[in-house]
This record gives sequence, C-alpha cells and structure tokens, in this order.
Amino acid sequence: MWEYSDKVKELYKNPKNVGSIENADAIGEAGSLSCGDALKIYLKIDENNVITDAKFQTFGCGSAVAASSILTEMVVGKTVEEAKKITNKQIVEELGGLPAEKIHCSVMGYEALEDALKDYDTGNGDAKKEIKKDPSNKIICHCFDVSEKDIVKAIKEKGITTLEGITEATYAGGACGRCKEQLQNILDEVNGEKICEKTPPQSIMSEAQFVLAVNKVIEKVIASELSKDSGGIELIDVKDKDVYVKLTGACEHCPRSHDTLKNFVQAQLRECVDEAINVIEA
Amino acid sequence: MELIYFDNNATTMVDKRVIEAMHPYFAQKYGNPSSIYDLGAEAGKALKASREVITEFLGAKDPKEIIFNSCASEGANTVIKGVLELDKARKHLITTRVEHPCVMTVHQELEKKGYKVSYVDVDYNGDLDVKQLESLVTPETALVSVMWANNETGAIYPVEQIARIVKEKSPTTKVFVDAVQIAGKRQLNVKDTDIDFLVISGHKFHAPKGVGVLYIKSGNILKPLIEGGHQERGKRAGTENVPYIAGIARAAELAMENIVEENTKVKALRDRLEEGILKNVFNASLNSKSRERMCNTTNIGFEYIEGELILLHLNDLGICASSGSACTSGSLEPSHVLKAMGTPFTCLHGSIRLSLSRYNTEQEVDYVVKHLPEVIDKIAGISPFQKELAELRKNR
Repeated sequence: MWEYSDKVKELYKNPKNVGSIENADAIGEAGSLSCGDALKIYLKIDENNVITDAKFQTFGCGSAVAASSILTEMVVGKTVEEAKKITNKQIVEELGGLPAEKIHCSVMGYEALEDALKDYDTGNGDAKKEIKKDPSNKIICHCFDVSEKDIVKAIKEKGITTLEGITEATYAGGACGRCKEQLQNILDEVNGEKICEKTPPQSIMSEAQFVLAVNKVIEKVIASELSKDSGGIELIDVKDKDVYVKLTGACEHCPRSHDTLKNFVQAQLRECVDEAINVIEA
Repeated sequence: MELIYFDNNATTMVDKRVIEAMHPYFAQKYGNPSSIYDLGAEAGKALKASREVITEFLGAKDPKEIIFNSCASEGANTVIKGVLELDKARKHLITTRVEHPCVMTVHQELEKKGYKVSYVDVDYNGDLDVKQLESLVTPETALVSVMWANNETGAIYPVEQIARIVKEKSPTTKVFVDAVQIAGKRQLNVKDTDIDFLVISGHKFHAPKGVGVLYIKSGNILKPLIEGGHQERGKRAGTENVPYIAGIARAAELAMENIVEENTKVKALRDRLEEGILKNVFNASLNSKSRERMCNTTNIGFEYIEGELILLHLNDLGICASSGSACTSGSLEPSHVLKAMGTPFTCLHGSIRLSLSRYNTEQEVDYVVKHLPEVIDKIAGISPFQKELAELRKNR
C-alpha cells in the first residue's frame, strides 16, 4: 500500500533501544490502545542535564516503531533543552521520509518526548517550565507544524476558499488529515466575516446612513478580527469618502499597522460599503 | 518457503484454465458481439454461452437475469441508486453495520441527501440481529441490502431467511444481496429465494479483476448506472468485455466443480491453521465466532500488539495476509466490522485475517503455524503493555 524507506524497514525489523529503564529520570507517554498507537519513552539524564540513555516501548505499526527507535537515538547525547527543540519534521527527515498517512506516527514520538521533558527540573529555576505556547499561535496541523495564525494569514492573503487551497498554500491537512475539521472551521470563520451585505453606494445613502454602515463593518468585522491579535480599532471621523480611524492595543505600535490599515481595513470597507472609501489614520 | 498467499478474500490467483479460456478472445475471436459479421457472431456466441454458465452458477431462472459488468462495486452502485431512482416516494433504506465499504459509503452519501438509513447490528460473535432487521422493515422501506458472507470474519448471514421476512412484512420492498465472498464456496440457488438483486466479482474465485455479474430477478426494474448502449439488454452500456466474460464463466464452472473440495480440503486447512495458531500463540484470540462461517476464513486477534507490524514481519517471511488495524487502512480507522462486533481494543488493532483457497497446501499452513509464534514474541517484546502480556503468558 505505501512505500517505506530503507531506514524505516531497517528499524522496524531491528529497532534500537527497545525496553524500559528502572529509575528513569523522565518517562513520557503518548497515544493509547484504543487509537492503535501507543508509545512510552524512558530517559536517563545526568547532572549536566544531558540525556545519557533512552529506551522505548511501542504498540504500533512499522512507522511507529521506526520513529520511536530513531527518536531514542536522536536524544542521547543531547541536553534536555536541545532535546525539547526536536520536531516531528526532524524525526521524519532522519527516517528518510514517511508516507503522508504515517506522519502522525512521528508526531506521537514528538509528543511522548514533550511529555517526558515537560516536568523535568533542569535545576535552572525552570522546573515545570512548559514549552510556552502562544494561544493565538496554536498549532492546528501537527504533521507540518502549521499554526492558526499562519493559516488565517494565508487564507486572507491569497483569498483561499477551499480546504485544498489551504493545503496547497501551507501544507496543513496534507498528511494524516485529522485537522481538516478545524481547518474548515477556520475557513468558515475567516470567509464568513468577509461575507457582508453590500450596502448601496453613497449617492443613495444619506451621510448618517453612510457613517452607520462604516461603523457597522468596523465593529462587526474589523474589530473582531484585530482583537485576535490583541489589537483594536476606533472610528474617529468620516468626511466625504475619507474614513478616519485609530488603531489601538497591539496594533497601535505595530510596525505593520500601516499595512493593516490599507490591506485589511480599507479593503473591507471598500468591499462592504463603498469602493471609493479611503482609510486614513487619525 | 516461497510465497504463501493467505489473502484470498482480498483477491485470488487466476486459474491457468481460466486464462486459456480467455485467450482466443484477445487476438483471434476479438469481434464486437454487436457486429453483423462472423467475427462478431463468434464473440456473441461466447457471450451467450458464458451467460448460461453464470445462470447455473447463481441458480437463476433465466439468462436474461444475468448482466455482466466490471465488478461488484459497480453492481452495488447500480442497484442501490437504480432502485431509488425509480422509487422516489420512499426514502428509507436498511443495511448492516458490517457491509463492504462500497455499500456503506453509498448509504452514507444517501444519508447526506436526506435518506434515512437504518443499520442492523451484529453481536459479539459477528452474527446479525435478524429480529432487529425485521422490526425495521416497513412499507416505507425501499431497499434492504445485506451481504451473504462477510469478507473480514467469514461470517455467513441468513440472507434467504431475511429476504423472506422482508417480503412477508412489505412485499414491495426490494432485497439486494452482496454475494461476492460466498460465490464459489456454496452452490447458490437464487431462483428459489426472494432476493431481487445480487452481485458477484470474478476476482474472488480465480477469474481476473475487472469483471463481475449483476443478477436482476425477472420482474424487477432499475435505472441503469451506465447508459448509452443497448448491451446487456440496455441495463449496462459498453461493449462487452468478451475475454473477461469468458474468463468469469470458466472460473464459475471450475468453482462449481470444486465446491466439495472447498468445503472439505480447504476447510480442513483453515481449521488446521486456526487451531495451530490459537494453540501456539499465547496472546491469540479468535474473532470469527459466528454460527455459520465460510470454509476458508479465520480472523484472529493478537492482544496488545499491532496488526500492520505483524503483516510486515509476515511479508518478510513471504506470507500474505491482511489486518483490521487502523494503521493498515487508508483512512486510519480500524475495521468497522470488528468495531461493530464489539471487539475489545486490546486486540482490535492487532487482528489478522487469513483466507485460504484451493491452491494452499498443508506445508504452507504448517510453516505459518511454526513461524508465527516467534514473530508475535518479537513484536510483543516491544509493546508497552508488558505487565498485561506477562499475565497472558502465565494464564497459558
């Protein structure tokens, strides 16, 4: 069905470092019996925070065994900090590649390692220090390490409307496919915001109606989007077709605020209210 | 030991005699059966003769009921969609939780279009809940689709009884049977049943892949899936695949000749294989526990280890088998059949299907029984469930 690399074949036939470690300094687990893949990794770490030994046990397929085996080889000799930086992409590279459907096996290796090291006290005052994840930078596609931010950015910049478009632009959803539902939700949310009723051109609207229409788009569409990045926007004034706004919060001092104004705010207002609108920073 | 092919429910080797029967129709008698000249008429004769053989193979009443096509997947699509096209008033369908993915998918797609589908359950042994099926049938039911024998466990379902029950409750509800796995293993007699539609696929009984049969009992109509030609009495357009049709007919003849051997010699080999594995492998448990079972199939779960890894190691020994584990399916979902049976997670992903044919031998069976324990032991050594595995060894 799928073609395994020579390295994967070599490792599933004769995996290295199989077993457990008594008095292990760190133990990590990932997966479960019910999902068909389960991994347990044991680490021995010395006083310099160097991983001196690693063993693994896997309930899983050929890719899972190979990925777990190579991971134990990759961590030995590394410090805890260095090991924390290992990504599933690196695991896949060491294996000479994995079929797309099997990339999640490498993700499991990464998750087990993360589980093992998350509570490990390196004695540098960073006990229980977790790999801090920026909530707005939440990883959606674990196979290719693609964050929600990256996906939203791609959708907006390239005007993507389909899942295939997202995969083409970012690789997200292109391997195990488990994130596809989340991708669809993001797509609907981003594109849904762009779908606003086109209001009649200004010549038919009164001044008051025009201002109200602009304010509606700013509040409902633009402000909610900017708030995801801790930014904000306020309508200051409207003179003819010039709309004066003030960016607030994180947007206020962001070097890309000018781009935001032009590419996003102005574009939205032109689409939803009047093509001739100019957005000016107050 | 060279290749040991224990995956005959997936596909079978084409019998040499079938290849011989097909041969003339490639480069000698290659005419189009619809053509007026002698070369066409010769092909037409082969078509007619093949149809008569299949009529006997299925125990049908009339050759007019036999439609040749490419495979059972095509046949299943033709029946389910074709029946509904002409029965627009009714929106209720019944099928089971253990059907072939083709039938399942068609039903799931119909659900998205607003059809109501009822799925009949199976018990822990893999037997269908016939009482439940009966209770689900109403005059609003357009079609009931049930397989005759399950491809994963070998379980045989009482389709003749089911067809009768359906007609007693609702005479206008149609009955469709997927006979892909049972064809060639039991002499069928559809004319004496209430089955309206039935499909088979040649490559499960030593004919090549790419040829199948759709049986439509006289008096039934359905909208063709493939239109645009008069072939197969307007029910399936496309120039007839004469060599392959000759092939499936010859394979059917040979299957009928070998039915006793299938149910004695092949059954004995399967039993030997199954007993050997259950006796010698400490964590093996039998999944195929239905009341009636196909003579060639065994499905065994190996607790706390994973199926794809078992298959890879077996492949290295030249042994071909398949598994219900998530990691062996393209969709990364485990076998829906084993899930429907309530197979415990401890062996759901570690289940292996072995399915034999008249070409398998006792030496092959003994080789597998001899080498499987060491394969399982090696894989068990890697499992994180050492405590549980130790318990199983102890209880042995």
